[in-house]
Amino acid sequence: MPDAAVALRSPLERLALPAGDRFALAETPPAARFVFRGGEAARAACSAAFGAELPARLGLGGERERRAALWLGPDEWLLIAEGADSASLGAEIEAALVSAPHSLVDVSHRQIGLLVSGPVAARALSAGCPLDLHLSAFPVGMATRTIFDKAEIALWRRGATAFHVEVWRSFAPYLVAALAEAARGAPEG
Amino acid sequence: MLLIPCPYCGMERPELEFRNGGEAHISRPLDPSAVSDADWAEYLYFRSNPKGVMAERWRHVSGCGRFFNVLRDTVSDKFLAVYRAGEPRPPIGAEGSSA
Ligand SMILES: [Zn+2]
Repeated sequence: MPDAAVALRSPLERLALPAGDRFALAETPPAARFVFRGGEAARAACSAAFGAELPARLGLGGERERRAALWLGPDEWLLIAEGADSASLGAEIEAALVSAPHSLVDVSHRQIGLLVSGPVAARALSAGCPLDLHLSAFPVGMATRTIFDKAEIALWRRGATAFHVEVWRSFAPYLVAALAEAARGAPEG
Repeated sequence: MLLIPCPYCGMERPELEFRNGGEAHISRPLDPSAVSDADWAEYLYFRSNPKGVMAERWRHVSGCGRFFNVLRDTVSDKFLAVYRAGEPRPPIGAEGSSA
């Protein structure tokens, strides 16, 4: 459980993030994050308690208001609750799951969200991510765990030219630098 | 890039997301203390290493995270079949082997 006495600090605080019409990087707002694991009964109960549907299979992320549930594996999800307090949200979910075996791990301080946007966003991501990011193969709303070079990321498409990337804190400066460098030489379209 | 169909994701994914997990269908003896040294060594260290079709475990480590089994031709590097952990080996044998 994160220690509330430790001040929240961004791993990107001294970095200049690209901010242009072609390509922009921004850290997403602070959020409570959990990795949730469990069977079908736990998935249903957690969906109700969390407020956003945990998807049953790989595909679109479940989203409602400022809560998102991304499918990571057959019994594994990443829950992101923007602006929420992880201790109280975790307790709420636990209370709704007393009869369903599950695991709920608070990873709020393990990773950050990065919004990658602009006409060359997909190209820049493709410099390190081997997935096909064409809209026909990776549509808006699709979410999956994957890699960017050696960094494991969760990739969630928010729009034709916008992606939410979840990355572990210690990999974040590297990812930002690699994306910025890739975007410099990337053609549009 | 080699694309590997993951039976849990239900789609082809790039090989960089996967790790090979060695030969499949090797079961640990239920009572190790009742097994001879030779049989235990056989279980621990000896693998078939065929030229041709081989059943292997793979893990979609940077994707869904799950282990599954494949039949791969070690000559052509073709993935002939993928199936979930716990399912029996599909009936593909030497005829799947190609140069
Ligand atoms: Zn998979």
